[in-house]
Amino acid sequence: MHPAPSIIVFTTLSGFGYGLAAVLGVGLLDPAFIATKIAHVLMLALISAGLLSSTLHLGNPQRAWRALSQWRSSWLSREGVMAIVTFVPLLISAWASLFDSRYLKLPGLLGAAGAATTVCCTAMIYASLKSIDAWHTWLTPVCYLLFAATGGVLVAGLMRMLMPAPLDSGLSIAAVVLLAAAWGAKIAWWRRLRSLQPLSSPESATGLGFIGRVRLFERPHTNDNYLTREMGYRIARKHASKLSRLAVIYGGAAPAALVALAPIAGQGPTVGLFHLAATLLFGLGVAVERWLFFAEARHAVMNYYGG
Amino acid sequence: MTLLPSHPTPKKLGLVIDLDVCVGCHACVVSCKEWNTGAYGAALSDQHPYGAEVSGTFLNRIHTFEVAPEGGVVVGEAGEARIVHFPKSCLHCEDAPCVTVCPTGASYKRSADGIVLVDEEKCIGCGLCAWACPYGAREMDLAAGVMKKCTLCIDRIYNETLEEVDRVPSCVRTCPANARHFGDLADPLSPVSIMVAERGGMDLMAEQGTRPVNKYLPPRPRRSLADSAGLLPLAENTEGAKGFFAWLDGVLDRI
Repeated sequence: MHPAPSIIVFTTLSGFGYGLAAVLGVGLLDPAFIATKIAHVLMLALISAGLLSSTLHLGNPQRAWRALSQWRSSWLSREGVMAIVTFVPLLISAWASLFDSRYLKLPGLLGAAGAATTVCCTAMIYASLKSIDAWHTWLTPVCYLLFAATGGVLVAGLMRMLMPAPLDSGLSIAAVVLLAAAWGAKIAWWRRLRSLQPLSSPESATGLGFIGRVRLFERPHTNDNYLTREMGYRIARKHASKLSRLAVIYGGAAPAALVALAPIAGQGPTVGLFHLAATLLFGLGVAVERWLFFAEARHAVMNYYGG
Repeated sequence: MTLLPSHPTPKKLGLVIDLDVCVGCHACVVSCKEWNTGAYGAALSDQHPYGAEVSGTFLNRIHTFEVAPEGGVVVGEAGEARIVHFPKSCLHCEDAPCVTVCPTGASYKRSADGIVLVDEEKCIGCGLCAWACPYGAREMDLAAGVMKKCTLCIDRIYNETLEEVDRVPSCVRTCPANARHFGDLADPLSPVSIMVAERGGMDLMAEQGTRPVNKYLPPRPRRSLADSAGLLPLAENTEGAKGFFAWLDGVLDRI
């Protein structure tokens, strides 16, 4: 599948944003501090940037509002509805934090639940497609949820560093545990993908398997078309396992080590730098993971194209 | 509304494609493009039509496959090995995954005759339906930014201003080999249903659970080239000539 930059940016940024929304929603950051207010603004900015980016790949973005209508059957529609519904408690929470320095429990918890549901809907858009074996598994939403939560906790940890208060290790422990869980789930996802028996084959796609082995003799067109551009992306497969190992190391192991070792640096700006490096490395890891998520996935239509 | 019709549609209009007959001439591809670029919805655009990287939107495409049985490598020398030309367009599935994923309600299946259509006024061009279709039946038109697909020539089949013989999809009307047939597959007595029953018409990728309406008739068993060789009379052979030709044969042999 073609890894459209707008979709990679969207799922990465909104993942961070919704993760941060969940952390803020359960009240893990003290509303008395300026850093919590910054976190609320950052959360809204990440989510909005992600959602706007997702409209960039549309052929007719001016009609995007129509996408809210088919929530009864379409995960993409559900995602749109949940994203907008979730904005309500998130904005109330942000308002309370920014102007009253208060944490409101009900909007907070509703925002956290909405954030998790929205991320889940995004993942289900992919997981519900039977035509793409790689995505069609319950591990897909698990990975999306864990990656979003990890990103949120890392950013929240970074904000925590800005607070002039003695550090506690809660967020750091959560970050290390979530990093392990997220990349663990992703490794399980990759294992499944690499040992996968495709659901369909050139034989079943053409119905000619009763004669023998089916091989493409001539394509219907000499140049690429929409289908081969969108679904015939193959560049990643050559280095896929190498790239995924690299992503686990610098996007998972390295941030975990940085967060765990940060207290050794004592207090002050150095600890902040450790957390900043951990968050940026994780962000890079997620971007590579998302890129591979698309680039590695093989679409059933390629059975007609010999790929 | 992107929910599928809750009951089986009373009619299941679709195509039956005979893989034994198709010669791979691409006439149906051309006639489909010609009809549909001026018919229902936005035109079927081409990008760089006179450049090196020409590409465009088509609703019907012909792939060509080589099928070789176990042990067979070279086509023509391995018994049943053969070339099969394979026309592919929307199969108007009963459980069409392209319909239910549509977020806007643009993609729908008609409850009267089962035709799967796109309402281009509602389509936002997100491309998710093309991802959901395992057959590659949908192509985004890059000029209009909306999804295009086979309409079963809905503007022909119900068009009473056309001669009755023309009220079939353009590809069916055009096919010079008569490899494409149009009809109601819900009616067991329709010519297409009888054809499917007699020839063992098959579903493509049944394992995807889409329940396609269009059926494909498998190639008939054939004689291998080696077996057929003895049946071809040589041009030099005059055995069995009678009357004047027998006399002429004798005279020409003697002089």
